[in-house]
Amino acid sequence: MQNSEVLIQIKNRFPDLAVEETPNALVIPKTALLEVSTFLKSEMAFENCHCVTAVDRKDKMEVVYHLYSFLNHFMLTLKVIVTLDDLAVESVSCLCRSADWLERETFDLFGIRFVNHPDLRRIMNPDAWSDHPLRKDFKRADFIPRPQSQGLKG
Amino acid sequence: MAINEQIPGERIIEKFPGGEIILTKSEDLMKWAKGSSLWPLTFGLSCCAIEMMATGASRFDIDRIGSGVFRGSPRQCDVMIVAGTICVKMGDCLKKLYAQMPEPKYVIAMGNCAIGGGIFYHDTYSVVKGTEELGVPVDVYVAGCPPRPENLLHGIMKLQEKIKNAKQRSPNTDKK
Repeated sequence: MQNSEVLIQIKNRFPDLAVEETPNALVIPKTALLEVSTFLKSEMAFENCHCVTAVDRKDKMEVVYHLYSFLNHFMLTLKVIVTLDDLAVESVSCLCRSADWLERETFDLFGIRFVNHPDLRRIMNPDAWSDHPLRKDFKRADFIPRPQSQGLKG
Repeated sequence: MAINEQIPGERIIEKFPGGEIILTKSEDLMKWAKGSSLWPLTFGLSCCAIEMMATGASRFDIDRIGSGVFRGSPRQCDVMIVAGTICVKMGDCLKKLYAQMPEPKYVIAMGNCAIGGGIFYHDTYSVVKGTEELGVPVDVYVAGCPPRPENLLHGIMKLQEKIKNAKQRSPNTDKK
């Protein structure tokens, strides 16, 4: 099984959807996430949500889902692009229970809000924090950056 | 028995020939007893805890110096071996546990993380840069990443030395 096969299946089911294929992932529009993941789970046997994370591209954020199919032994990488002024995406925890805590972690580290999540709190960092440590623009007074190394010469 | 016979409380307890009378000061005797039964708190925070467990096991045998009684409650402990990385969230817990320990209490910072952040000094948002940063006074620093069990045993023996040579009744009271 390959990404392109999954892409064809998605195209057949949702002809109007703008799905983009990158070498390692499928990028789908944010609004279609719940529909597509429901389809992938029920008809293409991607029943395991392996990982939810995000990537900070500075001008936008990517939310990354790794879906695994035990039947086909295939891992699909699904991406959703969110803009910085609206960091919200639909929660998939209603489909996979494992997404619950993974989404909490993504919220904790990147500040992406998952709409309709059952319990969207910080999972590891103290509740009092207001910033999100894995963002590129993260700064704090007691945060000590690593000094520039001169390599072996220095 | 000879008068210069080696006895455990050497330099503190004087033993008379015949072995039926010993002479000492009550304070010295208390210090000796205190140093010889330092009960540690089971407080392993990360990989240093593995070395602490190895120290407790038969090969290195922490029981030889009377510190093998790892307790699960801070109220029964004398020494807190901070073995590992202190995260920000654990910091509050550490302070609470330290406050719950009865006086006299001692702290051993085991490993580079507990001393000053170690490899987590740079580029980390979630690690406290050492035990002293939390306002918990440290008696003995054991360096290493992680320290070998011999190193920890040496640290405990240094603490025993400190207790036996202390001027005040508790080394912690004069620090505050």
